[in-house]
Amino acid sequence: MASARTIFEKIWDNHVIYTRENGPSLLYIDRHLVHEVTSPQAFDGLRLNRRKVRRPDLTFATMDHNVPTTARSLPIVDQISATQIRTLAQNCKEFGIPLFDMQSPDQGIVHVIGPELGITLPGTTIVCGDSHTSTHGAFGAFALGIGTSEVEHVLATQTLWLDRPKTFAINLEGLRKNNHAVTAKDMILHVIRTIGTAGGTGYVFEYRGTAVSDLSMEQRMTICNMSIEGGARAGLVAPDNKTFDYLQDRRYAPKGDDLDKAIEYWKGLQTDASATYDKSVTFDVGQLAPQVSWGTNPGMVVSVSDSVPHPDEYARGNENERKAALRSLEYMALKAGTPITDIKVDRVFIGSCTNSRLEDLVEASLVVKGRHVSPSVRAMVVPGSQHVKTAAESLGLDKVFIDAGFEWRESGCSMCLGMNPDILAPGERCASTSNRNFEGRQGTGGRTHLVSPVMAAAAAIKGHFVDVREWL
Amino acid sequence: MEPFAILRSKATPLDRVNVDTDQIVPKQFLKLIHRTGFGKYLFYDWRFDSDGKPRKDFVLNDKKYAGRKILLARDNFGSGSSREHAAWAIEDYGFRAVIAPSFADIFYNNCFKNGLLPVRLAVEDVDYLFKNDVEITIDLSKQTVSIPSKTMHFEVDEFRKKLLLEGLDSIGLTMQLEKEISRYEREKQMFPPSDKIFI
Ligand code: SF4
Repeated sequence: MASARTIFEKIWDNHVIYTRENGPSLLYIDRHLVHEVTSPQAFDGLRLNRRKVRRPDLTFATMDHNVPTTARSLPIVDQISATQIRTLAQNCKEFGIPLFDMQSPDQGIVHVIGPELGITLPGTTIVCGDSHTSTHGAFGAFALGIGTSEVEHVLATQTLWLDRPKTFAINLEGLRKNNHAVTAKDMILHVIRTIGTAGGTGYVFEYRGTAVSDLSMEQRMTICNMSIEGGARAGLVAPDNKTFDYLQDRRYAPKGDDLDKAIEYWKGLQTDASATYDKSVTFDVGQLAPQVSWGTNPGMVVSVSDSVPHPDEYARGNENERKAALRSLEYMALKAGTPITDIKVDRVFIGSCTNSRLEDLVEASLVVKGRHVSPSVRAMVVPGSQHVKTAAESLGLDKVFIDAGFEWRESGCSMCLGMNPDILAPGERCASTSNRNFEGRQGTGGRTHLVSPVMAAAAAIKGHFVDVREWL
Repeated sequence: MEPFAILRSKATPLDRVNVDTDQIVPKQFLKLIHRTGFGKYLFYDWRFDSDGKPRKDFVLNDKKYAGRKILLARDNFGSGSSREHAAWAIEDYGFRAVIAPSFADIFYNNCFKNGLLPVRLAVEDVDYLFKNDVEITIDLSKQTVSIPSKTMHFEVDEFRKKLLLEGLDSIGLTMQLEKEISRYEREKQMFPPSDKIFI
């Protein structure tokens, strides 16, 4: 019997093909997801060297970063985006890769459709040329973002060289007081605020504890999604009955006897009782409040009931961090000491691979129903995928949002990074359910505050942040 | 890829922590489908104002630093998005090495694929370089950074070092392990789409 291992170590061991002495290991990759932005140069590299895609059957492509979120019947106005989208279609055709294109009912943000279609499975290795690949870890997979050269490497060889990351247990204990107002997003923002944006560099997070078991699959995806904002290579949650239930009847997941066998195997994918982690940290979520970011990195976060911190208080003696905080306040046009609930917003964005799944939209609709968006705010909802969109429409959510004054869009990354026309104007302030508040992320000069879907919805109604615990 | 020989240059100091890849190459330039020519977009929103004119207060616009081949940075350089465009832009601009106390993981990996050497030095050493504008020599094969007053050692794994020193194509190297990969697929591959489970 091998010595006690964590779930991550089990997945790692199962995938090692070869290890170089004092060097990286070659891992087999079970699923490779491809999108239009980080792949064209990889396909070019293959052509240049006359190489093929080794396993097109393990590779899946979609278009999400660039796509307009206006009606699909309209042409793409931005010609450079149109070229990138067309290039992906040509590459998929040439190399025999299945593609969920803009007209497909399966199209959506790559990290939303992977789980939805059952491409994401426990115990697998999953890569994509996108840092938020960590989302798929919610199923107990080792899922990580890679660069374009690595995309080319995986296309050609179905393998990846990796140094084994260290393990980091993030224990989330206790139960939230108000499950609607205090969400998975608040939990992960709080974690990042505490450990810092480089706290996980070189590690894989394993989220554990009562507060994690308590979460639905979609909420676990929200948590794992932002592992990268904590600097981690990946983040995962061990699979349980919720995971297995989710996978029933998903298109690419095993079915019937195969599924039963798979579940038997997946049940063993737990961290052994006596296994140890390289690092661990424990949080009690019992007292957690909704979180709001005030600065220009995802560690600059406070509770909604607090005020914008003073740079000294934030930096705790680190001069470089103090300078960064000063710079952030200037960029964000905020004064230390301002109550968060006094901050007015111009725009509201509900979407992105962090928070654009059905549950997110259902929860946000509870806040919106029967109310109206503040006249000074422009608000939009961008479902994560076409399946999320149609499911939401069959529940009548589109009507709830539209009646309240929200725009209801087609699926894509949209204003999470503003590669399509959905961007902030310089100086505009946005309550956003996405994952990054970097300078200019949502548009040059735009100011982003990261929040949960219910917090974003409430800010849209009031025109400033509100403590949504008072509403739900 | 050009092999990495000994590099001699002064450094261009970028005195900010947590520089993310959204700043290194803003998203509006990610729509391009080629790999070259990204140098002109490096730190675009910091370098140019909204009219596209160079901002005087940004270090890359200071003539004093023109032509330098080493970028000196602070903690957690290259965090955020996985975009390899960040490494392409730094390399295309003319840098061959980045020195910082720490790097984000994906960015660190991306550098090696593009002939760019990321060097981790102790915080005190990086501080010293920020304060003293001296000639720096980076010798990858010896893993040293030398300045007139001292020589510092840095860590880099053997495999990456070899790739960079020899300018090798890592895909070609991996393909030499074809037998091992095929054996893995026969014996251990999990959940191929045919839904046959091999465990
Ligand atoms: S929604 Fe945002 S974070 Fe997610 S994949 Fe798209 S651009 Fe990246």
